Amino acid sequence: MDADAPPLLAVRDLTIALPVGGRMVTIVDSVSFTLGAREILGIVGESGSGKSMTALALMGLIDAPGARITGSARFKGRELVGLPQRAFRTLRGREIAMIFQDPMTAFTPVYTVGWQIDEQIRAHGRVTRKDARVRTIRLLGDMGVPDPARVADRYPHQLSGGLRQRAMIAMALSCNPSLLIADEPTTALDVTVQAQILDLLRRLRREYGSSVLLITHDMGVVAETCDRTMVLYSGTIAERGPTGAVFARPGHPYTAALLDSIPPLHGARPARLPSIPGSPPAPADRPAGCPFAPRCGYAHDACAVRPPLLPRGVQDIACVLPAEGRDLPARCVSA
Amino acid sequence: MTAPLIEAQSLRMEYRVGRGQVLRALDGVSLAVRPGEVLGLVGESGCGKSTLGRCLLRLARPTAGRVIFDGTDITALPERTLRPLRQGMQMVFQDSYASLNPRRRIGELIAEPLRVHRDGQGRRRTAGDIAARLAELLDLVGLPQAALARYPHEFSGGQRQRINIARALALSPRLVVADEPVSALDVSIQAQIVNLFMDLRDRLGLTYVFVAHDLAVVRQISTRVAVMYLGAIVELGDADTVLHSPAHPYTAALIAAVPEPVVSPDGDRAPPLRGDVPSPIAPPPGCRFHTRCPIAQDRCRTDPPVLRDPGDGRQVACHFPLESSA
Repeated sequence: MDADAPPLLAVRDLTIALPVGGRMVTIVDSVSFTLGAREILGIVGESGSGKSMTALALMGLIDAPGARITGSARFKGRELVGLPQRAFRTLRGREIAMIFQDPMTAFTPVYTVGWQIDEQIRAHGRVTRKDARVRTIRLLGDMGVPDPARVADRYPHQLSGGLRQRAMIAMALSCNPSLLIADEPTTALDVTVQAQILDLLRRLRREYGSSVLLITHDMGVVAETCDRTMVLYSGTIAERGPTGAVFARPGHPYTAALLDSIPPLHGARPARLPSIPGSPPAPADRPAGCPFAPRCGYAHDACAVRPPLLPRGVQDIACVLPAEGRDLPARCVSA
Repeated sequence: MTAPLIEAQSLRMEYRVGRGQVLRALDGVSLAVRPGEVLGLVGESGCGKSTLGRCLLRLARPTAGRVIFDGTDITALPERTLRPLRQGMQMVFQDSYASLNPRRRIGELIAEPLRVHRDGQGRRRTAGDIAARLAELLDLVGLPQAALARYPHEFSGGQRQRINIARALALSPRLVVADEPVSALDVSIQAQIVNLFMDLRDRLGLTYVFVAHDLAVVRQISTRVAVMYLGAIVELGDADTVLHSPAHPYTAALIAAVPEPVVSPDGDRAPPLRGDVPSPIAPPPGCRFHTRCPIAQDRCRTDPPVLRDPGDGRQVACHFPLESSA
């Protein structure tokens, strides 16, 4: 990646607050990141971490009355925060596309899959119906759909989960978006089909030049797919960095604990799984200092003040430990 | 060898799905679980693992075959005769919220089975008995006593699953069938609940049938594992044997497909299998896995393999089982 070129997407201090019971509650708090061309960035976090809200804000899809979105998100130099819906409509689908966990919600059940992809292509360019269908069939084929001409004539409910997900990705890519936001794209899929879809996402950047923002709760999915990883906890960034570094040497106790709590598939079985006590705070009850402190084994007085996100090697870590010279140990894992 | 606590013999479960078509959710499944064992049932959606769990507890009545619980054939028992036996077998479901009536307090929800069923001497439990048992159950699953007066929505998913477990344990069952009990939970919470299941087994001598799609979770908790594909068991054996050196190509593919939280230095891995699971309404002839199997031969397209022991105590339904790597 050219270091001087502006990133495709530069998010700075993105903050999302929603009115809850008469007061504003901050859901996403000062999240900053960049996404380069042909890059896959993983946003990983548990439920309530703010990962999906971040994605929805980038797509202009937060329509809750009274929602307040501040900060900046520049996409190809264009500010997305505060962009009017009309302008978002020309971006969505053409420049930024999104795929969701459940493909049934992306397709209407009453038209064939092919018809819906044709329409998407025709909505964004002057293309004849016949040419659109040729392109649809080629897209479906590229997505690994067997017999794409036949599949294009089927209705969404007639397809298996894996085929529906491929068709949804084909529809998302139909206008060659430079940014694809994938929110838990494989969570509803079986593991053997998930492996195929992740392989497909990795291929997209090679064959379509797309950048991908992959949102998931699954650390394994991130490890296998993403160039860089950003770990969210309770609406803030706990840690971010190149995926290899984050997984080999997690710098934030939350990242480390999250990785530890995944049962290993190989090697010795632990007698007990290391688990994180308690559960993440509700957005309205977040502590003033480090949001992870109440569950953190390393919590001490310094954690009463929210730690800023500071560079440590190739990673950025929102924790006081590195500054105190108490880096976490590297993970020992058997591949 | 001790007698099995629960046994399935040649279970078949068929559903008519219209136009004369039949969906064979279970196609001749046999297995036995001995007291104190944890049998993990794994497989992809539609493989029949949940149906098997429900048939074992007679929450569904199989089309053919027998279910034997603690020496009693329960396949065709009428509900009246079955009810006293139900105390000995309980179920925990995936959706912790749907399993709890939102309008009732936790105390009432856990107490319900204690009110419905009589105690060991055939007597109704007194209010005092019930209160004492509730206190015991909350301790057992790690919830504060104050939880009794609260409602389901006031709890997180992990805590609600603890409530469901407490209710399932109220009548001191010997067998618990848990259907994806941790798959809706966040990873950090999932570990707490997996640990709880393991602690309870040790403390209470429980026997589990643990249905899950997550191989790592299943490996953590199970002593034996049954791998299912399209309504049949394709491999069954000791958890370490099956998951460390799988003999069935499907088991091997399932393991290879799991995305692990480790960045591999050798770069991207190719997906182990192509395509989706075929429809259980029209399963392929011969070996049901041959359409996706990377090592299928001509014989596999016509000749269905039966479960047999390749020589190490496990059972595998494959004409060409993989060599043990151990």
